[in-house]
Amino acid sequence: MIRFRDVSKWYGSFQVLDGCNLEVNKGEVVVVCGPSGSGKSTLIKCANGLEPFQKGELTVDGISVGARATNLPKLRARVGMVFQHFELFPHMSIRDNLALAQVKVLGRGRDEAVAKGRKLLERVGLAAQADKFPGQLSGGQQQRVAIARALAMDPICMLFDEPTSALDPEMINEVLEVMVELAREGMTMMCVTHEMGFAQKVAHRVVFMDQGRIVEDAPKAEFFGTPRSERAQLFLSKILHHV
Amino acid sequence: MYDFDWSSIPGALPILATGALITLKITATAIVVGILWGTLLAVARMSGRPWLAWPAAAYVNLFRSVPLVMVILWFYLIVPQLLRRGLDIPASYDIRMASGLVAFALFESAYYSEIIRAGIQSVSRGQVSAALALGMTGGQAMRLVVLPQAFRNMVPLLLTQAIILFQDTSLVYVIGLADFFGAAYKVGDRDGRLVELLLFAGFLYFLACFGASVLVRRLQRRVAA
Repeated sequence: MIRFRDVSKWYGSFQVLDGCNLEVNKGEVVVVCGPSGSGKSTLIKCANGLEPFQKGELTVDGISVGARATNLPKLRARVGMVFQHFELFPHMSIRDNLALAQVKVLGRGRDEAVAKGRKLLERVGLAAQADKFPGQLSGGQQQRVAIARALAMDPICMLFDEPTSALDPEMINEVLEVMVELAREGMTMMCVTHEMGFAQKVAHRVVFMDQGRIVEDAPKAEFFGTPRSERAQLFLSKILHHV
Repeated sequence: MYDFDWSSIPGALPILATGALITLKITATAIVVGILWGTLLAVARMSGRPWLAWPAAAYVNLFRSVPLVMVILWFYLIVPQLLRRGLDIPASYDIRMASGLVAFALFESAYYSEIIRAGIQSVSRGQVSAALALGMTGGQAMRLVVLPQAFRNMVPLLLTQAIILFQDTSLVYVIGLADFFGAAYKVGDRDGRLVELLLFAGFLYFLACFGASVLVRRLQRRVAA
């Protein structure tokens, strides 16, 4: 579904991604972790072309993301993305947040889009909030709305860029629960997160990045059992102690 | 001690009202055109395309670097001469109002464009990313997500600029257009009561502008809240 082949990226002379190879197959949940500045957020933003890259090849559902001829808006409409800071549109009600892209991008009728939005709000347990504005919701609620907004587009896969790291601790679980449910339904997911509990529950593979390189890419059991790289061991011991 | 004589003011009111209408007409046109054209300029300048960004930047910098009075005179003395040949405007046609409207609209666009550019920059980059990630084109993201938020942040600044513009319209007196200030001057000159009329006109300008800025400040607090 998502395939990185030798993807490299530079900011000027500074290399942020260094020959990254990664594959996320259909129905798979891949968790990407690593210390801050390791390039994991950049990597996931390459997957839907929000960040350009200079070298290598990256395809989503067989379509090349880096190619000039690719219709990026059309591709992005099929790939859901959830951001660290939610990025709901603050000037619109929750209902309109969910309906906007359905109407303007997919060309759905307004009634259909609102109905679809209502169904997804119910699913994330926020049907009662449809009339409110993003600023009136808690961080956890906003992030659940953001997930619903992405799902409203019927995406073929979902990208999560540190979805819980801007949340107060007591709100992390409500968001993770929605993500776990989504994973169990068979959604293809690439998640940048430090929530190792989430990884242990639903990930198929865990990828560890450091200094722009993919240092480790292993099945979950293997990663948590015996991570091979010293760097990954050190990182794991730090964040697992913390929990 | 100067003896004030306000007796010529009641009779002057109809002329002053006509002048006020001209003032309002120029102000309103310059606000509407300024915001529309200024938005286009700001978007062009931030488009990342040199062939769009460069002319827009040149336009804004040019108009912001010359005095308004000069621009008004250009559009009265020079531009019509050039256009007359092409458009076949009869020499008797009174172009003062048209000149004033065009000069103000084009001049104010440069200032509005800078305000709008700052407003666009005040919307976080993440909002654009979110819009793009949902499949919107750059234009849709700008129109549906960025500009509505930018304008909401900018309302107080846009209104403050409108107040400045309202005062600046008095400069059209250099091309003999009788706006509110020009009308007051004319009547005062005619009746030999210049001091009284200018004081009276100044008082009304003060009431309008001070009242408006109090409203803007109140609105500003509402937007900030």
